[in-house]
Amino acid sequence: MSGSHELSRRDFIKVTTGIVGGLIGTMIGLPSIFYLIDPALREGGKEAWIPIGKFENMQVNKPYPFTFTRVQVNGWERTASSFGGYAIRKSDAPESLLILNSRCTHLSCTVNWSEEGNVFHCPCHDAAFDIDGEVVDGPPPRALDVYEEYRLTEDGTIEIFFKES
Amino acid sequence: MWKQVYAWLDERLGLNDLYTNLLDRPEPKTSWWNTLGSASMFLFILQGFTGIFLTVYYTPSPDHAYDSINYIMEGVAFGWLIRGIHHWGATLMVLVVFIHMLRVFYTASFKYPRELTWLIGIGLFLTTLGMGFTGYLLPWNQKSYWATTVGTQIAGTVPFVGEFILKALRGGPDLSALTLQRFFSAHIWIIPAILAALIGVHLYLIIKHGESHWPKKED
Repeated sequence: MSGSHELSRRDFIKVTTGIVGGLIGTMIGLPSIFYLIDPALREGGKEAWIPIGKFENMQVNKPYPFTFTRVQVNGWERTASSFGGYAIRKSDAPESLLILNSRCTHLSCTVNWSEEGNVFHCPCHDAAFDIDGEVVDGPPPRALDVYEEYRLTEDGTIEIFFKES
Repeated sequence: MWKQVYAWLDERLGLNDLYTNLLDRPEPKTSWWNTLGSASMFLFILQGFTGIFLTVYYTPSPDHAYDSINYIMEGVAFGWLIRGIHHWGATLMVLVVFIHMLRVFYTASFKYPRELTWLIGIGLFLTTLGMGFTGYLLPWNQKSYWATTVGTQIAGTVPFVGEFILKALRGGPDLSALTLQRFFSAHIWIIPAILAALIGVHLYLIIKHGESHWPKKED
């Protein structure tokens, strides 16, 4: 019989099993969590200047559509993602450009310029944005995103600054 | 507070009975060799766990299987560990299950009333080999490709039905995307389901009959 301060044989086995089991569990469990969330911990954020069109081709107050694709290496495959937007020229000065991202701020569908409605229309949930990107109708929480940084190159091309997420 | 919660759960789930019957049942005096069954089950659970995690990145397609495993080994945090455990655990499991079988044979534990436990154990050994055979193809490298070519060709030498077996295993006359896909399916769904069911019956029988004592001189 074991004394009150002594560990019985059975309790020793129980405690040892618990400790060894806990060690094995931690040694496999913790790395497994990192294994699972690894893609979420990656730093992306490649930066680039992307040409979207000639400034002279953009008409005043008529949204000028542009698209571009970026290729990213995801795991064992190269994935091309499409992006797009509209450049809206307000006056003759290149500084007056408003370059909107065509990704709807609601749930990321692509908005299209509707000539008759004079709005950017999102087909997914019937959202509408005016020519300045402000919400006119529908569920979006905020105005369309703006490509803030852009430049005019020497040959008259507008380039936007793009940073991958 | 916790005691009350435990008492409430115990009354409904019978936790104490479970504990007594599963982990605290009387055993004859045996030896460390009798722990190999538990070791096999531990390895099965480990293989299941790491296998599930491997499917997060693995792709069973001839175009990407090799690349995806390369990515697991070099691109993903601790991918080398998860795959390493699965790779070596597989070899170890076949070994441990086999030694477990030898132990049961040498101690004559397969006799009355444990014949069914033994027969199911044979099924467990064969399904374990099946896991090894199907899992070996999945990396889709030269070694696994040719090993499966040879393995399925051997199955094809069975008289009369050989060609049928070969085509059924390969999903056609040659190794192809279909072979990889069906080996993957067999490896992660079909065989593990059979294995788990057999383990359930095997365990039930062991708990029902208890372990056999080691044979004495007069046995």
